[in-house]
Amino acid sequence: MTVTYDTIVVGGGLVGTAIAYGLQKRGLSTLLLDEGDVAHRASRGNFGLVWVQSKGLGAPHYQRWTRGSADAWPGLAAELEGRTGLNLGLHQPGGLHICLSGEEFEQRIAYMERLQREAGNLGLEYRMLDHAETAAMLPGIGPAVVGASWTPYDGHASPLFLMRSLHSAFTEAGGIYRPNAGVSQGKAAPRDFAVEAEGETHRAPRIVLAAGLGNAALAPLFGLETPVRPQRGQILVTERARQLLPIPTTSIRQTDEGSLMIGDSKEEAGFDSVSQTPEIMQSMARRAVLTFPWIAELNIVRAWSALRVMAPDGLPIYDESSRFPGAFTANCHSGVTLAGAHADILAPMIITGALAPDLAPFSARRFHDVRSAA
Amino acid sequence: MFVQRPEARPATVEVFVEGLPVLLPEGASAAAAVLLAGLPAIRETPVKGSPRLPYCMMGICFDCLAEIDGVANRQACMVPVAPGMRIAPQRGARHARLEAEV
Repeated sequence: MTVTYDTIVVGGGLVGTAIAYGLQKRGLSTLLLDEGDVAHRASRGNFGLVWVQSKGLGAPHYQRWTRGSADAWPGLAAELEGRTGLNLGLHQPGGLHICLSGEEFEQRIAYMERLQREAGNLGLEYRMLDHAETAAMLPGIGPAVVGASWTPYDGHASPLFLMRSLHSAFTEAGGIYRPNAGVSQGKAAPRDFAVEAEGETHRAPRIVLAAGLGNAALAPLFGLETPVRPQRGQILVTERARQLLPIPTTSIRQTDEGSLMIGDSKEEAGFDSVSQTPEIMQSMARRAVLTFPWIAELNIVRAWSALRVMAPDGLPIYDESSRFPGAFTANCHSGVTLAGAHADILAPMIITGALAPDLAPFSARRFHDVRSAA
Repeated sequence: MFVQRPEARPATVEVFVEGLPVLLPEGASAAAAVLLAGLPAIRETPVKGSPRLPYCMMGICFDCLAEIDGVANRQACMVPVAPGMRIAPQRGARHARLEAEV
């Protein structure tokens, strides 16, 4: 039996679910296909930053997109909390990037200056703080902290409550969620797509590929390309402690429940998300203790690794198929930060049938040498 | 009700549960001391403040978290009693000391 929807979204993680929710709440009947726990599940491993200040150097369109999403977050969080009763733990008090050496601080100065230059009309408010100014904002830093960069745009939220609230808001708005429904076949024609998942065939005039690392194999079926690869990140979690961090940093944040999360590692480890490397965990813990010496007395109660979805240049890929209009794809490694943009900026574009011109630089066409073609 | 097995060794180790002296056999756990002392709760959960007592007695459930000899969040069922040990309730999330804060 074939069921027809307005849109099929492939991928039940944060990216796919945010888009599916954005489509369904605007009245499109949407089917969300989720491969299941055999998938790599990047959305179960997030750190939980809603982060602006380390994104988009050399890519002003990405800086703008990230800022737009951070701006959209309070509205999304309030709406999801209203619809589901779940508190997403969103706080956007600004954020700090801690520098532990003079060299790191000098590099950060150059980085932020360039980021501000590239922001152009959008502007970028930031300050470089010395040790004393950092300590005033973040009590308990250690003597190793040379300084920090601060912007008012950064924040954090609970990635798991975001995930759960997007799923329940989507289904409560009438969206159809199918777990354990990996796409085994796809057929594409302009504005006419059919996919087979778990023995059922589904049709829609629109399809959105948001299957994370799975997109690499799916995209060619629909006239798209998404050359994404896994990049491993590890996270350490301490036991719960009384609230101590009024503001998150790039690599340490404290959840509403009190856990301190330590993250921000990057490794090329293929598709291995099962093992963890003691050297990386040690270096993460060492940086955390240099930043906040009091962390050393807290017990680590959990640790995990997960795979980010990375394009060759580290930027998201948003694209539409020119061969099969109606087919879209969304790929990124910041499913939490970009949830606001996905639900409330990208989804409306998909409804109108075309990505806005300011998303053109995110097309996978950038991986071909345009200069030689010109 | 918490009762000791009849063949238990003689209670020779004195510990203090919230200041109350309790005698236990050598090798018993701090969680056993908590149960013998008859406290209504040894911890309050960090988020909702619900009262808890030792439950699994084998290191799994974390419901016996207590402050033992000044160290927060210890699993009382995993800590053998020692003479003079002080066991106090763990109320909510532990404090971490801000060493750099003066």
